[in-house]
Amino acid sequence: MAVEFQAAGADLELIDVRKEFPGFTALEDMDLHIPAGEFFALLGPSGCGKTTTLRIVAGLEQQTTGQVLIGGKDISGTKPHERPVNTVFQSYALFPHMTILENVAFGLRQRKIEDPIKKATDALNLVELGHLAERRPQQLSGGQQQRVALARALVNRPALLLLDEPLGALDLKLRRQMQIELKAIQLEVGLTFLHVTHDQEEAMDMADTVAVMNKGRIEQMGAPEALYDRPKTAFVSKFLGQSNLFVGSVVDSNANTVSIEVGGHKISVPKDRAEKHTGKICIGVRPEKATFHRDQPKLGSDHVLVGPGEIIDIRFTGVSNQYLIEIPNVGELTVFAQNVGISPVVELGEKVWVSWKVEHSFGLSDLPDGTEDEE
Amino acid sequence: MAFAAFGSAPATEHKSPVKSGRIVLALLMPGLIYLGLFFFTPLFSLIITSLETPAASGAIGAYDYGFAWQNYVTVLQSYFPQILRSFYYATVATLIALLISYPLAYFIGVKLRRFPLFQRLMLTLVIAPFFISFLLRTIAWKQIFADEGWIMQFVYNMHWMPTSEHFLGSDFAVIFGLTYNFIPFMTLPLYTTLERFDIRFLEAGADLYASPAKVFRKITLPLSMPGIISGTLLVFIPIAGDYVNASRDFLGSSKTSMIGTMVESDFLQNWDYPSASALSVMLMAVIVVLVSLYVRSAGTEDLL
Repeated sequence: MAVEFQAAGADLELIDVRKEFPGFTALEDMDLHIPAGEFFALLGPSGCGKTTTLRIVAGLEQQTTGQVLIGGKDISGTKPHERPVNTVFQSYALFPHMTILENVAFGLRQRKIEDPIKKATDALNLVELGHLAERRPQQLSGGQQQRVALARALVNRPALLLLDEPLGALDLKLRRQMQIELKAIQLEVGLTFLHVTHDQEEAMDMADTVAVMNKGRIEQMGAPEALYDRPKTAFVSKFLGQSNLFVGSVVDSNANTVSIEVGGHKISVPKDRAEKHTGKICIGVRPEKATFHRDQPKLGSDHVLVGPGEIIDIRFTGVSNQYLIEIPNVGELTVFAQNVGISPVVELGEKVWVSWKVEHSFGLSDLPDGTEDEE
Repeated sequence: MAFAAFGSAPATEHKSPVKSGRIVLALLMPGLIYLGLFFFTPLFSLIITSLETPAASGAIGAYDYGFAWQNYVTVLQSYFPQILRSFYYATVATLIALLISYPLAYFIGVKLRRFPLFQRLMLTLVIAPFFISFLLRTIAWKQIFADEGWIMQFVYNMHWMPTSEHFLGSDFAVIFGLTYNFIPFMTLPLYTTLERFDIRFLEAGADLYASPAKVFRKITLPLSMPGIISGTLLVFIPIAGDYVNASRDFLGSSKTSMIGTMVESDFLQNWDYPSASALSVMLMAVIVVLVSLYVRSAGTEDLL
């Protein structure tokens, strides 16, 4: 099969892709559709199957069953060099025996594209490394090597660009800078990007759509804002940001809300923000949505109120403080408060109540690990 | 220059030259003394001997100091076929050793990486022949390829070769013996290079539209050049001076004699020390020139 190239990105489709390694299943019947031109992030902890997915798309790994389609064409049986995709590897994998320019021109030369040197030079200029064209990869810094790897992949104008944690080896500041550049380049060239990462901030910052993976399955997929606002599983609520989770049996249910009772407190969630409305369910809230009070406030039924509890830890993170509050019979809660004043709002050991709006609660479809068996 | 091929890391400069200079000198002393005693002294003696003239007394094996540079012209004239043959054998045997060793070293160094136990076992097998003296092993091959041996009997019975011809004493037999005896010196440096080869480069090459054959030619082969160069040098140099395999007592005949064979017979049988010395010095000079050209054209600077 000849390699064909689109002017713009093509869409990627995975149908029932399954990958089994001796002893374990890395991917369980994955279905995925990434529209052309989208920046898509696969997010998950190490060993969740995200890199395996990427390697299957690149052809470096063969799926056990299922199909991979790019631009509507089944490429399942083809070899890596026959696929219209390029990868930016985590290790960069720049060829040490070639100059930067020859590294970038490598793909063009293999496909006998006209004027490889000119195109490679343009690609190097795009990542602002034109002046280093004659150097060797070993002579470049990590950030520069990363940009060369990006140029080496982009110059081929692949239908799909695969990014395998390409920013993982960079320090925080450089990483943020590269994230901005990468996103700008994606908008400029209009290619489809599939980005694999374990960095939730990176995924939320750059991607149009994020898929959170766990144990070989996609747990939840959607726009970063939607995922953050309404995580549907305990794993997503904990992996993407932080969450306070409460498990209890439904004690009250009306037209708009369902409520559970935890340690004598009633915790409610709007029905349209809850996956389950009966039995034992889990309700969560983001730490920055909760506030605490020194005195017991008088709040209506549109708020959830728990307490009193004791401040057992205060962590200063710059913009905000993270307060850990121990509430008897309920457990520990985290509350973020912006540092708009000078000192912490409350002291360690102080007695506080915690409240949040019911509309900020979310109801999960499952229970956190370790609470399944308790009845 | 030639020695650069064997090194791996470039020498690093010292920060305080005065103090460390003395320590470096002290550490280098044993090596320098060794080189002086066992390399420069014999070399000097060899050059002197190569210029000696037959003794005025006419006694056989006795020589006077002189400056008989004609000795070099004489040996070049009389031993030209042997000199050519030596380099011909060395080139062919080195190429065969490379062709056999590369896949083997690749298999051990890359494919067996995930099975360290098998990797070590295979490496041991590569070195195993060294546990037996190479003279014995070469004699053993002589037995195996003897006209009365089952291999040659089979060949004669199948009429692949007339009984008037023999395998022993032929070019093939000597090249076979040379390749066999020196192959571990090719396999080991190749293994050392390939063992460190990052297979992620293979994936990157495939990802950039290179077919497996192209990946090998453009990536694997250039990156294994240091191993190829050290291996070929370690095999080529000793083969060019070898005097065992080609000798009549082993796999060769009078038609296969090499430079080493001639040096041996001049020294030990003809007591013609000046000729033997001139031949040795010439062999050394030719090898130094060839190796320098080879290393320079292979462009190892980029890889070290």
